[in-house]
Amino acid sequence: MHFDSQYFIELFASGLTKGSIYALIALGYTMVYGIVGLINFAHGEIYMIGAFVFFLASSLLTVLGLPMWAMICIATAASIFWAGGYGYTVEKIAYKPLRNAPRLSPLISAIGMSVFLQNYVMLGQTEKYLGFPEVIPEFDFLEPFASTFSSSDFVIWVTTVIVMLILTWIIKFTRTGKAMRATAQDRTMAELVGINVNQIISATFIIGSALAAVGGILISSHTGSIHYYIGFIAGIKAFTAAVLGGIGSIPGAVLGGLVLGMAESFATGYFSSAYEDVFAFSLLVLILIFRPAGLLGRAETEKV
Amino acid sequence: MITAKDIRRILLVSGWFMILTLPILGMRVDPLSDNILWRLKNVMWVGLGTVVLQSLPHLWHLYLYLQAGMIRLWHHLMGTPPHKIVEKTAHRDSLINRVITNPRQRAILCAVVLTLTIIYPQVVNEYQINIMIMAFLYIMLGLGLNIVVGMAGLLDLGFVAFYAVGAYTYALLNLHYGINFWMALPLGGIFAGIFGLLLGFPILRLRGDYLAIVTLGFGEIIRVILENWIELTHGVAGIVNIPGPTFFGLGLTPSQKILYLYYLMVLFVVITIFVVNRLQDSRLGRAWLALREDEIACQAMGIDKRRTKLAAFSLGAFWAGIAGVVFAAQNRSVYPVSFSFLESAMILSIVVLGGMGSIVGVILGALILILLPEYLRELSQYRMLFFGAILVLMMIFRPQGLISVVRRKYDIDSIKAEEKEGGA
Repeated sequence: MHFDSQYFIELFASGLTKGSIYALIALGYTMVYGIVGLINFAHGEIYMIGAFVFFLASSLLTVLGLPMWAMICIATAASIFWAGGYGYTVEKIAYKPLRNAPRLSPLISAIGMSVFLQNYVMLGQTEKYLGFPEVIPEFDFLEPFASTFSSSDFVIWVTTVIVMLILTWIIKFTRTGKAMRATAQDRTMAELVGINVNQIISATFIIGSALAAVGGILISSHTGSIHYYIGFIAGIKAFTAAVLGGIGSIPGAVLGGLVLGMAESFATGYFSSAYEDVFAFSLLVLILIFRPAGLLGRAETEKV
Repeated sequence: MITAKDIRRILLVSGWFMILTLPILGMRVDPLSDNILWRLKNVMWVGLGTVVLQSLPHLWHLYLYLQAGMIRLWHHLMGTPPHKIVEKTAHRDSLINRVITNPRQRAILCAVVLTLTIIYPQVVNEYQINIMIMAFLYIMLGLGLNIVVGMAGLLDLGFVAFYAVGAYTYALLNLHYGINFWMALPLGGIFAGIFGLLLGFPILRLRGDYLAIVTLGFGEIIRVILENWIELTHGVAGIVNIPGPTFFGLGLTPSQKILYLYYLMVLFVVITIFVVNRLQDSRLGRAWLALREDEIACQAMGIDKRRTKLAAFSLGAFWAGIAGVVFAAQNRSVYPVSFSFLESAMILSIVVLGGMGSIVGVILGALILILLPEYLRELSQYRMLFFGAILVLMMIFRPQGLISVVRRKYDIDSIKAEEKEGGA
């Protein structure tokens, strides 16, 4: 068979875009998992709510007649604020009371929250697909690459890189970040040295939700539509990415996201697009069988 | 009592919820004109609702306080010495549990319930019978999932996949080979059980939360395959014209068919209850309970962890498969849409609401969650919202479910008392 390099590069670019988004969402999963040891099933819904808030805010601001750049800034800020707010509230309602409960309880509660938020948005907004405004302009300097990737691809990559850098800075160098790492390592010990663990957990949820909101805005603008169900599939896939990279590990989440995005893009490009979701899940099952600790994770030893 | 601090807190939380719901509930974009439609009334309702909800515990305290005051006042006026408040005995089982543990009362209860179920279709119309058949179906599904989640403590979020396997087994075998309901019934169960085994082998050594997400993924995979493998499954168009169950080759009128299906379902549910009940007391059932409580201790006692888990997984799947065959026969058609994740979430809600591990609880849970939305038609669009909320609220306020499992306990106190009496 003839190898079509142009097609290959296109698939590569679209895989990179998908992977960046998965990475952004996966970070939320992995951070929460690292600190409270819980799969936050509602995380995908936060991503969806972020996209919806951006949609509503941008529509409102367009009606008010603001210029494009101001609209994007304010709507993004609103989206991050509300997504963070939902993340914070979900943690307070559904997870905090269950912190010392048996393992199954917070999981079931998380699934309940996910179902609840999905239907909440469906009832509050609409069950139809909504057209999402195209907020990313066409850049002139990208003209030569127009056949390979679009401006929105480019913006997604750049934003992802910037967000990752900010996140790394927060975690490595700020007080909150240090407290987060301490809490992840040993919650009781962190409490003993005077860290307000509840605050740190809240902060983790808020940061994770903000990342998800950014991901939600970017991908919705890329695909051009939103729907109350988008969070569910994206959520599972991002979780897959987090597991792939090694859950609890932040570079792992990014790597996992990129690997998953690439794998999906090539699989759909060379095999069949109808089974896109099947590839991701099969990859998840394979990873869990052969390397449950993930690519960058450390294997947990069972202590008796 | 309500202090100023409480009131401030209540108002703050309500205000926060109003802000939170402002965009999703308070705004909507008019798809025709792209204008914003404000629906601030919704947000006001949210605010009011959160104030009421938060005040409830305070009001309850107020009520108790007033009640105690009234009683004291009464005694004061009558000149009687106030009664000492007798502490209620701490270990009082709920009424239903006391009935089930007493063999004679249990037999009477079963007889009454069974008689009522048998008379039921004679007094109501066909629509009601159909709803009841649905409820029975969910009792079967709930009891199947109960084996996996309730007894063995494995959170299976893809349970609906096995249900789908059962339904499609019957639909496809009937379509291609003309196999009838009675042949398909065991085949559907066995097929689903094999799927359970296949999925179980690789993933059962995973920890609880990984298991949840992999089963969730598996459920989605099955649905996606059903939707896309058009040559085999006809995709989203589904398979139609599936015959109902046959009755010794006799032709039945449509209303007779419904009655027949109803009584069949009663039979299936009774069999399910019997089997699950026996399983619970079996060596395997006890191994499941032990595994749920503490895996490491369980292994130390010499229980083969993987085999026990696999047994739970495939038995649960077997039940779902059987329910799937019945579902296909009742609806006369199968579509991939019927097997979405929400269905799994619903079955999970049934088990969680009723009480994980409790057979009576699961039956009650299924009846509540299936019948209630049917009779509250106006509220039916809020059904899934309600199910989600149930999962969260039950976990926070009553994790053991409406009816908690009767735990067999070795009652040391009573034995000691007996020994004392014997010694004296």
